[in-house]
Amino acid sequence: MSQYRQGGLIVSTSPHIIDDISTTKIMRDVLIALVPAFVMSAVIFGPRAVLLTVTCVVSCVAFEAIFRYITRRGNTVGDLSAVVTGVLLSFNLPSSLPYWMAVVGSFVAIVIVKQLFGGLGQNFANPAITARVVLLVSFATPMTTWPLPEQILRTTDAVTGATPLALFAEGRMAELPSYSDLFLGFVGGSLGETSALALLIGGIYLLARRIITPEIPLAFLGTVAVMALIAGTDPLFHLLSGGVMLGAIFMATDYATSPLTSRGKIIYGIGCGLLTMVIRLYGSYPEGVSYAILLMNILTPHIDNLTGRSLYGGMKV
Amino acid sequence: MSLFQKHLAGIHIEHHKNTMDKATEKMPLPDKVYISMVQHIGAPCQPVVSVGDHVKACQIIGDSPAPVSAPIHASASGKVVAVEPLMTLMGLWSQTVTIALDKVQESLEGLEPPVIRNREDFIKAVRDSGLVGLGGAAFPTHVKLNPPNPERVDTLVINAAECEPYITADYRTMIETPDLVVGGIKTVMKHLNIPNCVIGIEENKPLAIEIMRDLTADTPEIRVAELENKYPQGAERVLIYETTGRVFPPGKLPADAGVVVLNVSSAAVLEKYFQTGRPLISKRVTVDGNAVRTPKNVMTLIGTSLDDMIAFCDGFKRIPKKILMGGPMMGRAIYDDGKALIKNNNAILAFDEEWAAMPPETPCIHCGRCVRACPLKLMPTSLYKAYNSSDIDELKRLHVSLCMECGCCTYVCPAKKPLSFVNRLGKKLVAEGGK
Repeated sequence: MSQYRQGGLIVSTSPHIIDDISTTKIMRDVLIALVPAFVMSAVIFGPRAVLLTVTCVVSCVAFEAIFRYITRRGNTVGDLSAVVTGVLLSFNLPSSLPYWMAVVGSFVAIVIVKQLFGGLGQNFANPAITARVVLLVSFATPMTTWPLPEQILRTTDAVTGATPLALFAEGRMAELPSYSDLFLGFVGGSLGETSALALLIGGIYLLARRIITPEIPLAFLGTVAVMALIAGTDPLFHLLSGGVMLGAIFMATDYATSPLTSRGKIIYGIGCGLLTMVIRLYGSYPEGVSYAILLMNILTPHIDNLTGRSLYGGMKV
Repeated sequence: MSLFQKHLAGIHIEHHKNTMDKATEKMPLPDKVYISMVQHIGAPCQPVVSVGDHVKACQIIGDSPAPVSAPIHASASGKVVAVEPLMTLMGLWSQTVTIALDKVQESLEGLEPPVIRNREDFIKAVRDSGLVGLGGAAFPTHVKLNPPNPERVDTLVINAAECEPYITADYRTMIETPDLVVGGIKTVMKHLNIPNCVIGIEENKPLAIEIMRDLTADTPEIRVAELENKYPQGAERVLIYETTGRVFPPGKLPADAGVVVLNVSSAAVLEKYFQTGRPLISKRVTVDGNAVRTPKNVMTLIGTSLDDMIAFCDGFKRIPKKILMGGPMMGRAIYDDGKALIKNNNAILAFDEEWAAMPPETPCIHCGRCVRACPLKLMPTSLYKAYNSSDIDELKRLHVSLCMECGCCTYVCPAKKPLSFVNRLGKKLVAEGGK
């Protein structure tokens, strides 16, 4: 008779097989998707862009490890989410920002926004966006001093200059860069936001790997384009300039701070696009992507509560 | 179903149908069979034999007057050596009749095909066959085929999806006894006056689809639906939707949507009873898993002990750490392989320690994969939060009772949360708290 009686066998609840997807693998895919933009940031803004990114990543990972150690929680740096936050934070900074300010930003992102609210998945707002907004109000001048791309530096003496959106806000239309410079990213701006091409490649990778779904980016970008048309301005310019691509593809799609259902995601994406364009067209800031996403992050629980879902059998939640 | 109709969600999993091309092997008679009086959902049977009795195969040894029950027959001839409570694999105590086989396998005299004059005769005959849902649910078939509103039923849906990995018992039934399957379908349609039938088969079984199409070519009222390879196509609500486009809300029966569902192996067993009068005493079971030396489809007696079956498959090649009754998505992990086969077991799967290992849980990242995977469009992550805060109102608002525990949400979760298990607990909480 049997040798495998009580005690020898694992008894657990079904299902007994699960997919090999994990949080770490998802974060790894996000990092892979960020590689093209990272490479372009080095090409456009030079070695300092790379060093600033490294600073943000190292300090984000260090803050996470230290916080978890001090609070006697398990070390979670292995899930790579702090690395993603570090890269995204640096992508939202001018490449000339002093390193210590980037470290302050990392502290805000990891300790204040993420860990104090319970760690991964519990933060109510996107850590990188919030840190950028905190840095912007704390260090207004260095956060709005835009180094011009390396290529431009070779032909002129200027070291810094206005971003395309600042030119647009000031009505200096004649000085706006060409579409190709905007698309490739050879314009002033935060170090990871300028190359629409690189960000789109990353976005396609995320969609193909099913890390993100298309609702948020499409609703966000679509609303920006429609608003630009309504306002009588160039929709392509608004899509390619500023932080819209980075925001729509990488920042607004942050799982923890965006709605769960398809319908919720569309409402959220439209909200992001609307707020971005309202700030750009009527606000005193030239760019509004960060504020738009931050506001919509805060509205996400309400969107989740109000949208619900039609269940099988026609019931509503 | 319309071409543009959206399909229900689900998951794509590896099939591991290793025993697909292995003809069923008839297992030699074991020395003893252990027949539990709990062989179906509903009221347990009471033994009607005593220790020392000599029983013949197909003789009734347990029955119940309760409406939701089915008689239990001796699967072998021999001497009753024990009638005692034993713990079942569900962890419940149940009366169990142990028969020491005389290896003559002498059948009860007078087994004849039932005579059917009307609907009542038919339902009684189905009950007499001892048949219960062989897909795994073990719901007595005579109850299933006898809904309170039979006039609404216009379609018989045959469940041949077999969407669980590893299991090929239904598939082998279609390959080896297709005439019994189609005969059973026609018998049910004739006696219950059901005009249409759809046989739902997953597209990973092309041979079965071909055979069923050939055999039903001259009966346009029987249609074979090729289903997408997607778990859980064989779940009742999903199957009905994918084959007929119909929906039945919770609290309703398939008959309210005009449908009666029957498992394909159940159809074959039913037809055998209608042809010979021999009730359900043996069945086809898939024995597989990476700890089993020679995976096989085995035809064996109800009540055969699992270790006898595994021994027939040349034993274990690795130390088993998890043994399942049923498939890896919804099957039950058992604590003892000395227990015996019951009517609705369609697979015994044994796996080694490496396979059985589960990764640790990590925090929920709100990714929404579970929400997109749920065939019934529930929101597992929200249910998980509601359960963890014991919020019964929220569990009800999110319709936890609709969950069929298919396991898709748990399967796709990157944080490795036991989401479908929590739904099971949530349903219990609502049931207890709602009183």
